[in-house]
Amino acid sequence: MGNSEQKIKKIALIGNPNVGKSVLFSRLTGVRVLVSNYPGTTVEFLKSKITIDGDEVEIVDLPGTYSLEPNVPAEEVAVKMLTDVDLIINVIDATNLERNLYLTMELLETKHPMIIALNMSDELKHRGISINKDDLEKLLGVKVTLTSGITGVGIKQLKENINKANPVNVATRTHQQRWIEIGTIVDKIQRLSHRHHTFLEILEDASVNHWWGFVIAVGAIFISFKVVRFIGEGLINYVLDPFFNSIYLPFLEYLSGLLNSGSFLHSILIGHLIEGKIDFQQSMGVLTTAPYVELVMVFPYVLAFYLLLSFLEDSGYIPRLALLLDNIMHKLGLHGFAIIPVLLGFGCNVPGILGTRILESKRERFIASTLISIGIPCAALQAMIVGILGGFGGRYVALVYAVLFIVWLFLGAAMNYFLKGYSPELFLEIPPYRMPSLKLLLKKVFYRIRGFIIEAMPVVLASVLVINVLQQIHLFEFISGLFGPVLSFVFGLPKEAIWVLIVGILRKDIAAGMLIPLDLTIKQLVIACVVLSMSFPCIATFVIFMKELGMKRLIQATMIMLAITMLVGGALNMMM
Amino acid sequence: MKRISLIKMKARQTGTILEIEGGSAFEKRLAAMGISIGKHVTKLSAFVMRGPVAIKVGRTVVALGYGMASKVWVIPNKK
Repeated sequence: MGNSEQKIKKIALIGNPNVGKSVLFSRLTGVRVLVSNYPGTTVEFLKSKITIDGDEVEIVDLPGTYSLEPNVPAEEVAVKMLTDVDLIINVIDATNLERNLYLTMELLETKHPMIIALNMSDELKHRGISINKDDLEKLLGVKVTLTSGITGVGIKQLKENINKANPVNVATRTHQQRWIEIGTIVDKIQRLSHRHHTFLEILEDASVNHWWGFVIAVGAIFISFKVVRFIGEGLINYVLDPFFNSIYLPFLEYLSGLLNSGSFLHSILIGHLIEGKIDFQQSMGVLTTAPYVELVMVFPYVLAFYLLLSFLEDSGYIPRLALLLDNIMHKLGLHGFAIIPVLLGFGCNVPGILGTRILESKRERFIASTLISIGIPCAALQAMIVGILGGFGGRYVALVYAVLFIVWLFLGAAMNYFLKGYSPELFLEIPPYRMPSLKLLLKKVFYRIRGFIIEAMPVVLASVLVINVLQQIHLFEFISGLFGPVLSFVFGLPKEAIWVLIVGILRKDIAAGMLIPLDLTIKQLVIACVVLSMSFPCIATFVIFMKELGMKRLIQATMIMLAITMLVGGALNMMM
Repeated sequence: MKRISLIKMKARQTGTILEIEGGSAFEKRLAAMGISIGKHVTKLSAFVMRGPVAIKVGRTVVALGYGMASKVWVIPNKK
């Protein structure tokens, strides 16, 4: 057996959502992948190459699917990809065998050579499950390996089995016949032993309860805010700000002396001296304010946010939040599951909009993507909002959030009212809680942070560079004068603030940083922060929106965005 | 024993699934998650205002919209 005439060129990992395909994928290939404890983390397929017996083989990680009759776009991706693979690795959640075997039955009928990874096998014992692997192999007719993506158990064996894979000649059966066969198989090979409920299981049930669930949710959100603030402020006040002031500043002062204040190069690299000194927040030089904003003001909060988000993702709490928020989300034309892309959007709008692929209809995806790009400020911008307004008192930060939240609710409700169609119902598997693996969690945070720094730093440095050059050649004032009157009439902002909005198209954090030297009143700052959050999403979000939903939808969303920004900014200007 | 829908079940009540209305596509989608006729089910939560319903079948916890839940009929167990 396993003596396939043609060489294996392409392998696919396929299985139900949230069975750990991506962890296995990264174990097999060494490629870093984002993994979480909720169904739908992988919304597109990932590719890599591995070497088997000296031959290079392509391996793809497919989005999870419950069956080969897809229901959401992410599942369609999986089913489509399956047509041209030479070998299937069917990943099964060993703790949920019966349900997982349905897809296995369908896969066997496709007559692809196949092997099975009984994943999460490390959890079998404490859940009181025992599975006879050898009998399962005999009954299914394909090689089965007990694996654990988290601990790495069985990965080597799984790789070895790739060459032993064989197609099984199974006739196509009806839905009913498949279930009958699964019943027989499970009865033969699986034993469940009774055991007491663990603390985690009690917490699992309580956190989906219609009463305790909300108590736990409020607690979780409160603690989340505290943790993000603690980590963010701690890093700024005790690590990064002292570092910049005691080690980096003397170097800059030396450089400033060399360049002569007022010279072209000095204005660009160091910026303006405030009372004869470099001011990291106000000087606006490529070497002063740009790195300070990104590394001291923004980075700590982005790090804190991703630490927390990654913990919530891996623990399995987020789907429970989706259930609790389902009622509210329906008022916005979405269902509870849409909270996942929204939460991702709080980190960065780009993965947020990509994440809407877990939603069924085009209508939902449009509503969710529009709400994310208008109403959800990314972590970098939020850090700046806290940095700029926090000094005036927490209530101003709260005011910005309150305005954005109200806009978010009304905009969603309005889109739900005016857009044709209906919102599908929630239909979501809620995974068990799992204690996140510290190693995987830190890895995930590391890659997210690295992505952030690599993408942000060049744009921030370049933006400040270009603005400073424009100022030197006096184009700056020309453009300010052109748009200025509109800006001051509608929002009550000085004409220079137009640059904040223009730079905001590239990156929101450094744009917000440009507000500081403008010496605005608190009213102007609040309006500017709201307008900056709501107006044009950064260019990266624009591009991904167009790719995912098309030009027509992008133009519609942009129109909505322009109208609502003018309206809300104008209203704040009149009311405050 | 009278049959009731998942909606009418109380939180923490258990029962056995008797019938699934709403067409074979819906039935298949539920089945793929391990929810099918004859299965033992526990209702975990009942939200107000036609909210979703969370149920546990075997080791799987699934959240269903109100409309879907109203199509799943159950024979409740006696307390």
